[in-house]
Amino acid sequence: MSVNAKDLQTGSNDPLWVRTTVITISVTFVALMLVLPLGVIFYEAFRKGLSAYFKAFQDRNAVRAITMTCLAAGIAVPLNLIFGIAASWAIAKFNFRGKGLLIALIDLPFAISPVISGLIYILVFGMQGWFGKWLEAHGIQIIFAVPGIILATIFVTFPFVARELIPLMQEQGSEEEWAAISLGANGWQTFWRVTLPNIKWGVLYGVLLCNARAMGEFGAVSVVSSNIRGGTNTLPLHIDALYNDYNSVAAFAMASILALLGVVTLVGKSLLERKLEQESISSLESKTTEVS
Amino acid sequence: MSNNARSKAMLPGFRLTMGYTLLYLSLIVLIPLSALFLKAATMDWNDFYETITSRRVVAAYRLTFGASLIAALINTVFGALVAWSIVRYRFPGRQLLDAIIDLPFAMPTAVSGIALMAIYAPTGLIGKHLLPYGIKTAISPLGIVIALTFIGLPFVVRTLQPALEELDGEAEQAAASLGANRWQTFWRIIVPSLMPSLLTGFTLAFARALGEYGSVIFVAGNIPMKTEIASLLIISKLDDADVPGAAAIAVVMLSATFLILLVVQGIQWWSQRMTGRA
Repeated sequence: MSVNAKDLQTGSNDPLWVRTTVITISVTFVALMLVLPLGVIFYEAFRKGLSAYFKAFQDRNAVRAITMTCLAAGIAVPLNLIFGIAASWAIAKFNFRGKGLLIALIDLPFAISPVISGLIYILVFGMQGWFGKWLEAHGIQIIFAVPGIILATIFVTFPFVARELIPLMQEQGSEEEWAAISLGANGWQTFWRVTLPNIKWGVLYGVLLCNARAMGEFGAVSVVSSNIRGGTNTLPLHIDALYNDYNSVAAFAMASILALLGVVTLVGKSLLERKLEQESISSLESKTTEVS
Repeated sequence: MSNNARSKAMLPGFRLTMGYTLLYLSLIVLIPLSALFLKAATMDWNDFYETITSRRVVAAYRLTFGASLIAALINTVFGALVAWSIVRYRFPGRQLLDAIIDLPFAMPTAVSGIALMAIYAPTGLIGKHLLPYGIKTAISPLGIVIALTFIGLPFVVRTLQPALEELDGEAEQAAASLGANRWQTFWRIIVPSLMPSLLTGFTLAFARALGEYGSVIFVAGNIPMKTEIASLLIISKLDDADVPGAAAIAVVMLSATFLILLVVQGIQWWSQRMTGRA
């Protein structure tokens, strides 16, 4: 009996009925579990017609929620981007003890549930927390206000850029940076002209995912924000409030923006993954030609 | 510059980047997180114990763990089929299927929550057809399982994909040429080599489900003792201004999550030793 390994790998050796069954079950499951919920959002949003859909955006609270969401993401994403670049430079370009532990600590926020992510800031800045009394005496409000929302957003999106850049920069090594330094470039010049062009797609990838989560976070911000509508509501919180008011069309209209953002994120992610794969192959090729 | 000199020399920027990394990490993550454990530590042991063993809290733990476990099992079975289809077969729409797997990562949980409610509520697209048969999908533990299955699927598929790609067919070919039939090859060659990834994917999906909030609360109905998950209970404690109570429940949930993620590390360490690869 002759069986080709390549046939096995592409499954062309599997009987047709096995292939058909497995593919049918997979596609049905994904269609039912993932595609249907996505489709339903747009169906519900446009159910009462276009004018009802657009009316939802003329509401003052809707505009405020969109502004608030953009503000939170606009602060959280750049801060986590700077952190991600600094952390990956320190981790990928130098050797030191406890590197594994540091990487694990950076990943920590991914392991913590959204509600607990909000809770920890209440324990620090809330009335029963460490600085609550002091903050109140000085008239500063963090919890149930905009700073709390921003802090919670920073926390839940903390690892996105760093986790993308650390393996990428480790893979690329430091040869090119050393070359730049030996040619007389200083640290900043080396970073801007050598490192950044090499990691730009990775940076974009991290920022894309970071932004999607920052704009969509619900659990953590709902813990630290008061539910006064129009006050400190983000888009996901506004959706929750509208839905609980039985204002279904408006809730789904708001949800459709975030769903659209999700789809754009997925498309961008696929494109960037292809780009990153190509670069990794071409950099491998250039390295092997250097050796030979 | 010679290699010898380079091993002693360093690229610039270590102190700046490392200092900033540690500062930012401490301010945003480590100090606030330690506040949780310190809060729980300052609680009277009896209060702490009473909080985490009260009937309502235990019911919430049981529901959260049970529903997460079932959802992770469903995802392991279907996720394995999906990953197998994407890696092993070529069919139209394969790349689209591959891209759409990450949808639960990209969709905000509140959006998923109201979408699932529109499908599974008693008046929803699917819910209204199941209600006559006495199956209540939303506002029941079943609805919670559905939501947790939704958010957990990518973890299983994305963990299995690289492992499947690495399975190059040579061992299968060898088994087949030695006279093993397809079924024997599947159980003796494919399943054992995928076991570490299956376990890792299952555990990651399970850990994620334990802490999920947004997508669940819409479909759960949140009836105390019946469909109230642990995350929601933390919020209702906060609404009652019972901050220590919220911290106590949170510490238990967080410890469980950490334990589970340690198991993942263990599995990976074990599988590396089994395959003899560094």
